[in-house]
Amino acid sequence: MGDWWTPTMMPDPSLDTKELSSISGISMSPSRQNLHHSLHSTMALPKTSYSVLSAFCTEENISQCIAYINQEVCSLGLTGVSLESKSGSLSAVPVLNLLYEVLQLQRRAQRALHELETQQLKNGSDLEHLQHSNCRLKDQLEHTRRDNSGLHEGERQLQLKIKTLQNWLKSEKEEVQKLQSIISSRATQYNHDTKRKERECTKLKERLNQLLMDKRDKKLSIEISNHVGRSDGKRGLWKTGKMEARHEGEMYRALLSDYETRQRSLMMENSELKKVLQHMKKDMITILSPKKPCIKTEPANDSLEQAVSEGEEEIGDSSRETLEQSCEQAREQLTNSIRLQWRKLKSHMERLDSQASLVACQEREGEEMMSRKEHEEEMQRMRMELQQCKEFIHMQQQLLQQLSSPCDEETAALLNDCYTLEEKERLKEEWRLFNEQKRNFEQERKNFTEAAIRLGHERKAFEEDRAAWLKTQFLNMTPFVDRKRPALSEPHSALSVGTEPEAKLQSTPPLVTKSLFSTPKAASVKMPSTADLYRTLHLIPDSRGHGKCQSGEMSTKSRLRNCSTDCSVISLVRDENSPI
Amino acid sequence: MNFSEVFKQSNQLCKVSPDGKYLATCVQYRLVVRDFNSLQIVHLYTCLDPVMHMEWSSDSLFILCAMYKRGLVQVWSLEQPDWHCKIDEGSIGLVSSRWSPDGRHILNTTEFNLRVTVWSLCTKAVSYIKYPKACQKGVDFTADGRYMALAERRECKDYISVFVCDDWHLLRHFESETQDLAGLEWSPNCCVLAVWDNCLEYKILLYSLDGRLLSSYSAYEWSLGIKSVAWSPSSQFLAVGSYDEKVRILNHITWKKITEFEHPATIINTKAVVFKEVEKRPVVGSEDLSIHQLTVDNSLFSTQSKYEITQLPAQVPVIKPDPDRANPKIGISALAFSADNRFLATKNGSFQVQSLFWHCSGSSLVLLSKEHICLCYMEAEEEK
Repeated sequence: MGDWWTPTMMPDPSLDTKELSSISGISMSPSRQNLHHSLHSTMALPKTSYSVLSAFCTEENISQCIAYINQEVCSLGLTGVSLESKSGSLSAVPVLNLLYEVLQLQRRAQRALHELETQQLKNGSDLEHLQHSNCRLKDQLEHTRRDNSGLHEGERQLQLKIKTLQNWLKSEKEEVQKLQSIISSRATQYNHDTKRKERECTKLKERLNQLLMDKRDKKLSIEISNHVGRSDGKRGLWKTGKMEARHEGEMYRALLSDYETRQRSLMMENSELKKVLQHMKKDMITILSPKKPCIKTEPANDSLEQAVSEGEEEIGDSSRETLEQSCEQAREQLTNSIRLQWRKLKSHMERLDSQASLVACQEREGEEMMSRKEHEEEMQRMRMELQQCKEFIHMQQQLLQQLSSPCDEETAALLNDCYTLEEKERLKEEWRLFNEQKRNFEQERKNFTEAAIRLGHERKAFEEDRAAWLKTQFLNMTPFVDRKRPALSEPHSALSVGTEPEAKLQSTPPLVTKSLFSTPKAASVKMPSTADLYRTLHLIPDSRGHGKCQSGEMSTKSRLRNCSTDCSVISLVRDENSPI
Repeated sequence: MNFSEVFKQSNQLCKVSPDGKYLATCVQYRLVVRDFNSLQIVHLYTCLDPVMHMEWSSDSLFILCAMYKRGLVQVWSLEQPDWHCKIDEGSIGLVSSRWSPDGRHILNTTEFNLRVTVWSLCTKAVSYIKYPKACQKGVDFTADGRYMALAERRECKDYISVFVCDDWHLLRHFESETQDLAGLEWSPNCCVLAVWDNCLEYKILLYSLDGRLLSSYSAYEWSLGIKSVAWSPSSQFLAVGSYDEKVRILNHITWKKITEFEHPATIINTKAVVFKEVEKRPVVGSEDLSIHQLTVDNSLFSTQSKYEITQLPAQVPVIKPDPDRANPKIGISALAFSADNRFLATKNGSFQVQSLFWHCSGSSLVLLSKEHICLCYMEAEEEK
């Protein structure tokens, strides 16, 4: 019906059901107060509900309350009477029935609650029990698991034992077999020997029988035509005690000599070995001692010093040792000292090894970067070099190929042409130069010859003039016409005297006289030979070797025309010489 | 190789004289002595019976011919062909006969090894040695010919007697610690006597000349033991070859084993050089095999063989001997040291090598089998 009226106040939370509180919130009309009291007495409601009861139902909202209660009752599923309101009054019977049903309901609910509680208690205890048993079972499981592993272990060991026992059994079987085979072979050998002996025995018996039967006993004898001399040529000797002693003596002598040789060889071997040991010791000492600067750590130093000091002692000892070579003490000393040194060396080496490894580890970390960088740089450099070399090689290969194998005719011919062309060019160049020089040379030669010819002519003219002049002079000066001056003889060429340029003027008279004498030669007018020409021109060195000349005056042909003095001629000749 | 014409001989009796000048062969009851270089017959002697054993004396002046069946020994002289000597052992029989090292005494072993009779050609004197042992090698002379060791057996014990060969004076007589002495051998320096037990026990004993036991060596127990023994020419080593296919070398200072050599069926040692004989027989079709062909064409049967080096590991063919037989054909049966002490040649197993001998220079080795002869040249760097 209409509105579900929820009571605004819910004061007591201890009340179980909302309905109950809502029911208790029924505010009764005053007309029902006595009913309310009775109700209140039958129902054990807390006192606080009083105020609540009063809140639900009032005079005004009776019908709503009734409607509400009907609804609630329906919802609760009670078939109970629905409260009817007859004009504002409520019959008590349905209410009481309703109340009773509600009470029943309440009772049932309580019972159910009680049951539930007991059930819960039971469940709780069950749970506890189960938990306990769970724990127990877990423990048991753990325990059994441990037992299981233990048993497994035991089983494994037993398996192992079985295996070893099987192997042992196999080996034993093999050994048994081997022994059996040995026994069988020995047995065959014994049988064989026994048979042999038996055969011999029977033969003996037969022979014995035969001998007993046979009366004729053939004596053993020797027939010899004549005695033979002993092989060593000596006379036979009687057997006497002295002989026996001699034999004994010889035997012992033989034995002794053998022992002596053996001892000698052993002694030699011994001394050699001792020497080797000594050397080894010395080497070990030297190895241990002079490496002080190389060692880095402290303890090594100490040991070294120790070793050195002991080594020195040892070296002092060794000299003594060599004297007492055969003495046992010396021998022991030597071996002991060697052992000591060897142990020291070994420990030293071990220390060095560990040090080296440590140092290597340390250095590796510190220098890693550095070394790597350097390393990389080096690698780079090397790679570059390699590349270059490769390229170079490649190039060379190509060239070689080109050179060695003419790929095809044309290119080969072309190449050849190229080379020859180059050479031709060069040759041409050289020819050109050569021709030029030749031409120059020719030119000069021509000039030279012309000059020489001219010179010859002029000389001739000059000579004639001079001769004439001299003649006139002579005729004028001296009465002697035919006398020749002996001082002025031999191969003075006309020009040679005139090499002293200072004596230009002074030389003229002797020159004139010389030329006078040389005129008979010049009288026969013939062309001088080249050699003479050259000689006169001082192109070929004379025996006199006239080297002085006054060069410097580049005179021309016109100079020649000035034939007052020879020197100008000479200077001309010299100048002619110079460019050539 | 050039071969001379074939000469007849019997009983493999063909010996060169110790000085190398003569060759003596026996043909039934005749003794033929030839000059070695020209092979011309120098002397011809006739004995009373087919000769069973023939031996040159050490100075090459006499030859001994023994006829065991009749118990006779006849001695012939090369210098005086009409000189004769006949030794008759009488009813006691003869089993073996040999010269003494001085070439003037003959030792005859009677039948059943009852005694050894020493006959002297110088004095006609006779000496007897009782109860010599019949074993593999019961008598040995020293290299210088001064002493002789003889094994004896009395009352189930082994004894060794050392005689002075000059006058057959008994120098020493001592008991040997062997169970059943199989052989004895003097060392080349004449001071040590090696005595070994028979194959049922591996034991080798070393006695000094005066009879003291120097040392004893035993490699193992129970299996078959020593088969062959050899001294090195310098007396420094003693090689013992046994049935277990190993050679053990003892040194003369401590008489302990210094090394042992095995003879495995597969050779894997990289330092070893294996030569294998390869035979090339000319192949003949069966229809060609007529009598005419066989007689005319000798090359049919000439097989060329050469030796080529086989790759390692090389497998040596092994024939397993019959284990049920006594003295089985396994183990080291022959040992030979080269004269320069550098090499040791050993023969293992059932190879058909009858003998192996070194050349006196130590550079080559001769192997003789039933049908073949093989010469092995050693290079200076190689090991055996």
